Amino acid sequence: MTTTDTGRSAPRPETGPSAPATDSAPDTGLSAPITKKERSVRRIAISQKLSRWDVEVSPYLYISPFFILFAITGLFPLLYTAWVSVHEWNLIGGQGDFVGFDNFAFVLSNPPFWIALRNTFSIFLISAVPQIALALFIAAVLDRNIRAKTFWRMGVLLPYVVAPVAVTLIFSNMFGDQYGLINNLLGQIGIAPVGWHSDALASHFAIATMVNFRWTGYTALILLAAMQAIPRDYYEAAMIDGAGMVRQFFSITIPQLRPTLIFVIVTSTIGGLQIFDEPRLYDQTGQGGASSQWMTITIYLYNLGWGQLNFGRAAAVAWLLFLIIIIVGLLNVAITRSIAKAS
Amino acid sequence: MNLSRRSTAAAALAGAAAFALIASGCSSSTETPEAGGDITLTVATFNDFGYTDEMLAQYEAENPGVTIVHNRAATSNDARDNFFTKLGAGSGLADVEAVEIDWFAEMLQYSDKLADLSDPELADRWVQWKTDAATDADGRLVAYGTDIGPEAVCYRSDLFAAAGLPTDREEVASLLEGDWDRYFEIGQEYVDASGAAWFDSAGATYQGMINQVEFAYEEADGTVIATENPEVEAIYTDVLNASSTLSAHLGQWSDDWFAGLANGAFATMLCPGWMLGVISGNAPDVTGWDVANVFPGGGGNWGGSYLTVPAQGANIEAAKKLAAWLTAPEQQMTAFAAAGTFPSQVEAYESTELQEASNEYFNNAPVGQILIDRSQAIEVAPFKSVKYFPINDALQRALTRVDVDASMSIEESWELFVADVNAL
Repeated sequence: MTTTDTGRSAPRPETGPSAPATDSAPDTGLSAPITKKERSVRRIAISQKLSRWDVEVSPYLYISPFFILFAITGLFPLLYTAWVSVHEWNLIGGQGDFVGFDNFAFVLSNPPFWIALRNTFSIFLISAVPQIALALFIAAVLDRNIRAKTFWRMGVLLPYVVAPVAVTLIFSNMFGDQYGLINNLLGQIGIAPVGWHSDALASHFAIATMVNFRWTGYTALILLAAMQAIPRDYYEAAMIDGAGMVRQFFSITIPQLRPTLIFVIVTSTIGGLQIFDEPRLYDQTGQGGASSQWMTITIYLYNLGWGQLNFGRAAAVAWLLFLIIIIVGLLNVAITRSIAKAS
Repeated sequence: MNLSRRSTAAAALAGAAAFALIASGCSSSTETPEAGGDITLTVATFNDFGYTDEMLAQYEAENPGVTIVHNRAATSNDARDNFFTKLGAGSGLADVEAVEIDWFAEMLQYSDKLADLSDPELADRWVQWKTDAATDADGRLVAYGTDIGPEAVCYRSDLFAAAGLPTDREEVASLLEGDWDRYFEIGQEYVDASGAAWFDSAGATYQGMINQVEFAYEEADGTVIATENPEVEAIYTDVLNASSTLSAHLGQWSDDWFAGLANGAFATMLCPGWMLGVISGNAPDVTGWDVANVFPGGGGNWGGSYLTVPAQGANIEAAKKLAAWLTAPEQQMTAFAAAGTFPSQVEAYESTELQEASNEYFNNAPVGQILIDRSQAIEVAPFKSVKYFPINDALQRALTRVDVDASMSIEESWELFVADVNAL
């Protein structure tokens, strides 16, 4: 994986005596008195050694708080979940017998898991693809010279400020099957009411709408920031060559946005596959629908762990989700790269 | 000169300090209970228990140094998730936790995590079956009863009038007197006359029917019989057959359902005492709701709750005292007036206050006397063991698939229910 070229990566410490750090040179020169040569030589040696250590070790020390915290809050739960997933484990009773991969076998052979997987990907695709396309468009518009720039830029971010729970409560009311606002409006123009809760695809669409409502503006601002970093010379040169707006967008903007696009797509994949708040609050019971129409993997996990109090199986689902996210993340990177290269 | 060295040490120190800060941040939240000092007691309930702010303020006034914080969950499902999560975690529960009868047995498995509330003075406070259910295998009383849910039938007198049915609550009671088939027959008459729906949902109606079966899902030894019990399948099929014409197809507690309460989508619904508060609270502008002293198939109890004191709390004695006070007949009467939660306390039944209680919203129906009569009509206390809640949940989903979503046939949905139960 290539690192994004933000130039923010920490300066790599050059190991070995061949590349002494800058501060060690004056150290040797000034702290060497003329008398008691032998001792001072040794002192110089110690001091040199320490300063070499300093150069080699300190950077790691500086970044260690993050890794220590990550080990506690990220790595440990990850490994502990793996430990739980190979045991019988009740939410309250705690650890039971070691069962090997039985929990995984149960989950993989249980139809709801596959329905949950289908739903998760369906909601993810319906939300992520239009969202990034729309965000690109909005960012491109905001990148132009328009009046009241700050107003528009803050405006697109406004939905992001609203709490997801509030968004979901309002939207799920609007998407009511019998007395919802949207079906009412559809009725006005003569379209038959849509089963926003009873039909699987319609419910995915409704949930994707909530996600897009909150995240499109946020994604657009990230893309806008990246667009503004593109040297204007490129556009001038293209204009002189007679390239139109559309050609400029596809031949300059998109390729230049590649690292940012990878970032946006990877983060929205992680978020999209873990979607929970919206489906959980989409109806009154929060179990993803009577025939699991919009039960995502995280809802399935929740139902197993907190509904049935079966933590072993829930942990197995958590690990499967983890693996799926890694696979999809890698796929994303590969696809994004080839798209950006091709254009 | 030793600048670099010093900075190394400083960095190490700073890192260690930051780490120590974080580590100590986690552990500093454990409070030591202060004897005699000011304490805060949290009370967690769901739906509407009728515990008004004035009522809690009264306790605070009578017990200086006690502050009460009341947290309300929206549904019993939410409360259950929260309760079991924190019971397992060993911390985070409120000092007084409300528990619903449907998942009470599930909770009783872990009764050692609850404080023993046995008190000879309170032994006869509740109706016997309420107390029996709250006593664990070791004979400890782990919960104080709050309300029970004797069921009547709520109806819209204005819609009844428009469809040519009697509107007086006495006449409605005698009209509906009989078994479930009778209730569905009159419903069909209403539907033919009005074109609107008779009841709100298959799920709610099923709930009334299944609560008249003593052993529905489990036998006395805990063996799961839900999928083989012909009684369950018969009720399931009956209610769904009736629903095809009589139901408003609204999932209970959904946004559509609440809207239907107010806009006349259906003419009747089954009404446990606590439902009265739900109706008047969510359809405040409707004047037609009334309640009839009748219930198909005799009597039935739906829901009803308890208060427990988790053993993980810091102020168990104070919490116990509060729970005892909240479940005293006087307080339960106040709660009944506020939310219609019908007392499970024996003494309350003799009080003229309850006997004469009427509800203005329901056209001044004598709800006290009606619910006393309905509670006396209850013949069966359904047996609810550890799997009752998840099985009933799966069956409600099966009903929803047919009645609300219309995504499956009655047979297909039953098969999926069987698969769901087998996967538990």
